[in-house]
Amino acid sequence: MATTPVRIQPKNRVLAWIEERLPILSFLSSHTSEYYAPKNFNFWYYFGSLALLILVNQIVTGIFLTMFYKPGADTAFASVEYIMRDVDWGWLIRYMHEVGASMFFIVVYLHMFRGLMYGSYKKPRELVWILGMLIFLALMAEAFMGYVLPWGNMSFWGAKVIISLFGAVPWIGDALVQWIMGDYNPADATLNRFFSLHVIALPLVLLLLVVLHLAALHEVGSNNPDGVEIKKGPKGSRFGADKPADGIPFHPYYTVKDLFGVGFFLIICAFIIFFEPTVGGWFLEKDNFIPANALVTPADIKPVWYFTPFYAVVRMIPAKLPGVIVMFLSIAVLFVVPWLDRGHVKSVRYRGLGYKIGLGLFALSFLMLGAVGAGLSTEYIPVFFGAAANVTTIENFFGRFWLFIYFACFLALWAYTYFGWEKTKPVPERVTTHD
Amino acid sequence: MTKPSVRFLLARTGVIAAVSLLVVGTCFAEEGAGLQESGARVTNIASVQSGARTFFNYCAGCHSLKYMRYSRIAQDLQLTDDEVLKNFAPAGAKAGDLVVSSMPSHPAVGDQPAQGADAWFGKEPPDLSLEVRAKGADWVYTYLKSFYVDPSRPVGWNNTVFANASMPFPLWELQGVQTAVYAPAKPGEDAAVEKLVLSTPGKLTPAQYNDTVRDLTAFLEYASEPAALQRHSIGVWVIFYLAFFTLLAYLLKHEYWKDVH
Repeated sequence: MATTPVRIQPKNRVLAWIEERLPILSFLSSHTSEYYAPKNFNFWYYFGSLALLILVNQIVTGIFLTMFYKPGADTAFASVEYIMRDVDWGWLIRYMHEVGASMFFIVVYLHMFRGLMYGSYKKPRELVWILGMLIFLALMAEAFMGYVLPWGNMSFWGAKVIISLFGAVPWIGDALVQWIMGDYNPADATLNRFFSLHVIALPLVLLLLVVLHLAALHEVGSNNPDGVEIKKGPKGSRFGADKPADGIPFHPYYTVKDLFGVGFFLIICAFIIFFEPTVGGWFLEKDNFIPANALVTPADIKPVWYFTPFYAVVRMIPAKLPGVIVMFLSIAVLFVVPWLDRGHVKSVRYRGLGYKIGLGLFALSFLMLGAVGAGLSTEYIPVFFGAAANVTTIENFFGRFWLFIYFACFLALWAYTYFGWEKTKPVPERVTTHD
Repeated sequence: MTKPSVRFLLARTGVIAAVSLLVVGTCFAEEGAGLQESGARVTNIASVQSGARTFFNYCAGCHSLKYMRYSRIAQDLQLTDDEVLKNFAPAGAKAGDLVVSSMPSHPAVGDQPAQGADAWFGKEPPDLSLEVRAKGADWVYTYLKSFYVDPSRPVGWNNTVFANASMPFPLWELQGVQTAVYAPAKPGEDAAVEKLVLSTPGKLTPAQYNDTVRDLTAFLEYASEPAALQRHSIGVWVIFYLAFFTLLAYLLKHEYWKDVH
C-alpha cells in the first residue's frame, strides 16, 4: 500500500510546533499505523523484521566491541581474548555479535526464499528485490571482513583464499590482490583497512540500502502468501471506507505479532549464546582460536557456513577464472529473477507443478552445495561408498550435479514461463486466509 | 555422535530442518576419530580445582596461560587470592598478574644460536590459554594419555595422537612408562604403532590417572573460556525470562488480533 499522506495534528503545543516544521510524527504514522499490510501474513513473514532486529543488534554490540578491540596484527587476537576475559560482560557482547552474524544469514536466506516462494520479486516489487539483493551483497562483504578481524589462523587463511580470487582477473589480477591487501599477504595493513570498512563504510551502505528497501516496499505495498494485490481488491473496512478490505494497519497488528516472533527467535539465540556459542565449530571455527600464522596452514581451509554454497561453486569448477565467473553468476542470476520469470501468477500456491519442483530443487541444490563447500561431502563419501571410494571423483560428480541443478532451475523458470508451459490455478480475488 | 546417515536424510527435509540440523546436529559430531571421550565437565569446580593443581605442578614450568590472571582463577575456582598465589604462582607474583611461565625462550637469530626452550625442545612450549578451544577437550585428554618411550626422538618421548611432538612427558611419574607395540611393517613403510602398553607402573593406577587427566582437561577447558561458568548459570534465567516474555507477547497478539476476520 503506497504510503498515504497523513497529517498528524498533535494537541501538545510543543509537538504541534515541531510537527508544523518537521512532520516526523506524520512520517512515522504513515509507515506504521497508516501502512496497511495484508492480513494473511504467515510464518515466513517474520524474517524481515527479525533481520532488522539483528542489524540493530550488530550495530549496538559492534559499538561496544570497537571500544575494546585493537586492530593490528600484533594486537587484534589478544584484544579479543581481553574482551572475552577481562571486559565486564565482554564475552556476552562478543557472542551476541558472533551469533548475530550467523543468525543474520539464516534469517536473510529464509527471507529471500520467502520472496521466491510467493513471487515478491515480481512487478511491481522488482526494485524491492534488487535492493534486497544489494543488501545481501553488502552483508557478505561486511561478514567476510568482520570474520578477518579476530586475526585467528582461519581469519588469515580465509582472507588469503578469498582475496586471491581477485587474482583471477586477467592482466591486473596480481596487482589487484596486492592493492586490496596493501601487502603481499594478509597483514597489518589488510587488517586495519578491513576494520575501517567493517565498522564505518559497509554499515553506512547497509543502513542506506535498508532504508531504501523499506521505502520501496512501502511505496508498492507488501505482497502476501496468496500473491493478491490488496490495493486492487475491494475497498472499505472498519479502518475507513477507502482502506483495502484485506489490509490491516501494520501497527498495532504486525508490531505485536512481530514482538511474539522476536521473543521466540531470541529464545533460540539465547540458547546458542549461553550454551553452545561456537555451535560445534560452525559459527566459530576451532582454527580461529589459534593466532594467525602465515607459516602454518590449517588442515582444511573453508569459509564460515554461510559462504559454503558459493565456495563450493569455485571448488567444483576446475579452473580459477571460470570458477570465479560462475560464482559471480550464481549470485548475479538472482538479480535478474524478476525478468527471468515471465509468469503472471505470483504465489507458489497457484503456480504450476514445474515452479514448485523448481523451487524445491533450487533450495536443495543450495543446501547440497553448502554441504560440499563445508567439506561434509568429503567426510561422508567414505561412509556411504566405503573407505576405498575415490572421494574426489564422487564429490566432483555430486557437486557439479547440484551446480547444474542450481542454474537449470533458473533456465527452466524462464523457458517454462516464456513459452507458456505453466498450468496455473485461478488466483482468488481476495486473500484466502488470515492468521 | 549423530549417525551420518541420519544427518544426511534430515538434510533433505527442507530449509528449516537443515538449518536446525547445522545448529544442533554438528555440535556433537565434530571430535576427530580415534579420540577418547574426556568426560571433562567445566562446571564441576572440584574437578577444575584438581586440574589446576596438576597444571601448576607439572605444566606451568614450561607452558603459559597468558590470557589468564591468578585473581580470576581464584574467583572462579572459589579459592582466595592468597591460596592461589601461595600454591600456584611463583614467588613475588601479584594476584592481578597473568599466568606466564618462567621458561626462557629465544629462537636463533642470525649467528646467535637458539637458547632456552628453543635450544632444548626445538621450539617454545605453546601457550595453553586456548588449547581446548583450538583442539577440543577429547584431543587434549587423549594426547596426555598417548605418550610412549621412543629413543629415536630427541627428548626420548613420542606420542600417538601428535606424532613426533617435541614435548617430553612430565606426567610419567604419575602414569608410569608406556611402550609401543608395533604392527608388522608393510614393505616400504615404517612400522605403525598398534597399541601402547604400560611397561613401568607409575604412582597412580590407570583409573586414578584417567581421573587426573580428565581434571587437567577440565581445567584447561575452563582456562580456554572462563566465561563458560557464567554463561551456564546466567543462561538458564535468560531463557526463562524470554519464555515468559514470549508467552506475554503471544497473549497480547492474540488479544489484538481478535477483531481480524
